Amino acid sequence: MPSISKPIAAPPGSQRNDVGLTVRDYEGAMSTLCAGCGHDSITAALIRALWELSIQPHRIAKMSGIGCSSKTPTYFASGAHGFNSVHGRMPAVATGAAAANRELHYIGISGDGDSLSIGLGQMSHAIRRNVRMLYVIENNGVYGLTKGQFSASADVGSKLKKGEENQMAPIDPVFLGLSIGATFVARSFSGDKQQLVPILKAALKHRGLALVDVISPCVTFNDHEGSTKSYLYTRKHERPVAHADLVPPAEEISASIGAKGVTTIAMHDGSRVRFSAVPEGYDPGDRAKVFQYLQEHQTQGMIPTGLLYLNESVPDMHERNNTNDTPLVQVPFESLCPGSGALEELMEDFR
Amino acid sequence: MPEANSRVNDFAFKLANVNGTGSASANGLLMQAIFRMGIPVSGKNLFPSNIQGLPTWYEIRVNKDGRTSRALDYDLIVAMNAQTYARDIQEVRAGGYLLFDSSWPLDKGVQRPDVTFLGVPLAQLCVEHFREPRERILMKNIAYAGSLIALLDIEMSVVEELLQETYGKKKALLESNQKALKLGYDFAKQNFECPLALRVQKMNANGDKILIDGNTATALGALYAGCTVAAWYPITPATSVMESFKSLCERYRKDPKTGKNNFAILQAEDELAAIGIVIGAGWAGARAFTSTAGPGISLMNEFLGLAYYAEIPAVLVDVQRVGPSTGMPTRTQQADLLLCAYASHGDTKHILLFPAHPAECFEFAVTSFDLAEKFQTPVILMSDLDIGMNDWVVPRLTWDDSYKPERGRVLSPEQIEKLGHFHRYADEDEYFVTPRTLPGVSAKGAFLTRGSGHNRLGGYTELPDEYQAVVDRLAEKHRAAARFIPPPVIDSSRSSKGKGKGKGRTSFSLVTLGGCDAAVREALDLLGQRGIHGDYMRIRGFPFGAEVEAFLNVHDFNYIVEQNRDHQLKSLITLETGVPKEKLKSLLFYAGFPLSAGQVVEGLLSAMGKPDGEPTRGLGGMPEALSGAEG
Repeated sequence: MPSISKPIAAPPGSQRNDVGLTVRDYEGAMSTLCAGCGHDSITAALIRALWELSIQPHRIAKMSGIGCSSKTPTYFASGAHGFNSVHGRMPAVATGAAAANRELHYIGISGDGDSLSIGLGQMSHAIRRNVRMLYVIENNGVYGLTKGQFSASADVGSKLKKGEENQMAPIDPVFLGLSIGATFVARSFSGDKQQLVPILKAALKHRGLALVDVISPCVTFNDHEGSTKSYLYTRKHERPVAHADLVPPAEEISASIGAKGVTTIAMHDGSRVRFSAVPEGYDPGDRAKVFQYLQEHQTQGMIPTGLLYLNESVPDMHERNNTNDTPLVQVPFESLCPGSGALEELMEDFR
Repeated sequence: MPEANSRVNDFAFKLANVNGTGSASANGLLMQAIFRMGIPVSGKNLFPSNIQGLPTWYEIRVNKDGRTSRALDYDLIVAMNAQTYARDIQEVRAGGYLLFDSSWPLDKGVQRPDVTFLGVPLAQLCVEHFREPRERILMKNIAYAGSLIALLDIEMSVVEELLQETYGKKKALLESNQKALKLGYDFAKQNFECPLALRVQKMNANGDKILIDGNTATALGALYAGCTVAAWYPITPATSVMESFKSLCERYRKDPKTGKNNFAILQAEDELAAIGIVIGAGWAGARAFTSTAGPGISLMNEFLGLAYYAEIPAVLVDVQRVGPSTGMPTRTQQADLLLCAYASHGDTKHILLFPAHPAECFEFAVTSFDLAEKFQTPVILMSDLDIGMNDWVVPRLTWDDSYKPERGRVLSPEQIEKLGHFHRYADEDEYFVTPRTLPGVSAKGAFLTRGSGHNRLGGYTELPDEYQAVVDRLAEKHRAAARFIPPPVIDSSRSSKGKGKGKGRTSFSLVTLGGCDAAVREALDLLGQRGIHGDYMRIRGFPFGAEVEAFLNVHDFNYIVEQNRDHQLKSLITLETGVPKEKLKSLLFYAGFPLSAGQVVEGLLSAMGKPDGEPTRGLGGMPEALSGAEG
């Protein structure tokens, strides 16, 4: 139960970030997920990313829907407000909160059931709106809380524990995102913290919705032979496309731009994402090429991972709306209400 | 001229058109001109759910005494629609007039000896004077308006002024309109004895009143209440709420320094997302609303339960239309009452407000935001198509600059600092409201909002006593809100007239809500003329206050007049008050058109002779002609 509290005493000498906080300050309640659940590794990666970016916990808003994935906001950043809303509807709630207060770091945590079945519409439209938020799909191909039914991300031929085989084509959030204008698309693996932490950091700096699909094996219902979302299968088929690092504005990039297998993309806040070990012909800024690469490799049974596509040039929801820089929640009432004089004048239009 | 029709400033006429042919501007022009002449007037647009080609009617009632409910007796009908022509003629009252396009010969089979036929060759005139095919069609409407101006003695200077205001900047359009108007006007002057006995005469009854529709007034309320986030999905008849809100925001909500928007209006992918956005914004601390109709409310149910249980402010405007299902999108009803009162699964109850006209839409929209934040819960403003989309003559809207928005119990950073621990659902006040904190303010005030079982501390729970403590408080909170709902409008002056006429006389009342107001009050006057005196109460919100129950209890019989089949207001009263069921009777009108006083009188007279418990159902004044109109 989340009410089980962890010891709060920090081990001596634990490192402090730029805002004077330790990793412990980004933790939350004890996880109630199954031991070995991929989601807990993602939570750990998130904690690390938030700590490294020195984001004040209370400037984070944790948003979720319903499902195992959606429980995870309880397990990190206990100093942040969280909203565990209704199944598949996190994107709308996050959109509304972001509309009201544009200054917070919105972190939406969803799952493959929450986002690809019941919430497919909401996720798609949040992507189209380019709401500035980190959108994590903890993807395990199965419904956990209701005990092991296929989800919409289950691959053709993937089997349930009792042997039932999925015959329907999966909904792949990466392809979906790319096709409807997502501006940041990544896929990672909960077992690959080295890759995941930098992706999450870049995602938190993105000027829009950062879609991060993380394969996160369900140890209880979908980690067996025959599953394509198991630890074993994912490790075997994962093909990291490139390694992406977030380089803060002040830092020099060590490898020179244009070096073989290296490419950088400037972020809106002056930081840069440096991609290394980029395969020849791959360009994370070119949607068509990314699409082609993924199609070729996924057809061969591989699972390309990494920060796959990044475009910083698209305005986010607020930029399109031309919203005031001051968060709407902070605009004083006096600036919102036109007052009696204006109404009196306006009434002449109705005479 | 028959005596019955020799009425100045007291008559009704109806314009029968084909939709999509531009009749709306001509009809609106007539209504507005009469309004500007200082004469009380009301207009009802009876339109189909269609873009072009189906029958549509516009009714205008002129009444020097300020009676605004729908009149079912037409002294004059302008028959511009061949499809409905035969039926339209049947609706003219004996001794009345029918204006028709005499460009073609009349069908001999549809003559009526008791009606005066006024033939104006509208199509012919327009073909002769206009070149563009589209213009020839559109201008026929303005031409019949011209004839009516002559026949009804509407002041040409007022009409001219209106045309200038509308088309002032579009010279070509202005000239076309002026020309068409003159064609119809001159023809009537040369061929008929103008004006008719049926005519208007300048008055000063409108003072500084305004002519406004409820959706615009609602949007104005949201603007003045300081709402910053709005989300919606297009739906008839609510769409114009958000369209108005958007244009008002463009006008009044630009930051003077940066030119940037102090608002965010999001057209969502569906009503689920629309209410989700509103709840997200409310959670983050903004005043937010959505506008929708019945089908949207159906979809929003799940989220309404979340906002109720997690205690998040949200304002919904339900511009009711005819259900169930898609129903009749362009017809009016009050049939979302029970759905809204208890929206969502589990034990849920919501605050509802029932405006009767646009002025109350404005006032109650502001009240909605105050109540939503005070009680940290959804508030539904229950308008309807008649109120929302028709133009009403109402007192000028005013604003009190001393108004301060009721933000409810939101803790400031300083207040949070002083707390030992913040617990979201503890420390309730006299209204059973607990303090909340907003995201982004302080780590100490942080908590996880959830729709799952939670205890007073805000933590997850499955423990019986912890769960029950919270839901019991929510019930108390809803009850406490009754004191803040606009009180019912009560008129007990009529029944006193019959006093002393003998002991044992039974007392009765007519009770209603929303847009039925005008018709029911007029009906009571008409009944009074027949020596039947009843009291009046109009309920303006839910939960019901003590006044509602007290009023119902002192009358032997209360006839609840409402626009739905299943006597939903009566049911809600039965469920939520201790008023004995025997005191409540139903007069139901739910066929889709605005209510008329005549229907209420007829209904009451027939109800009074009925055995207990049997509701009286009216036909809703639907012209038979409508039965052929499939949309």
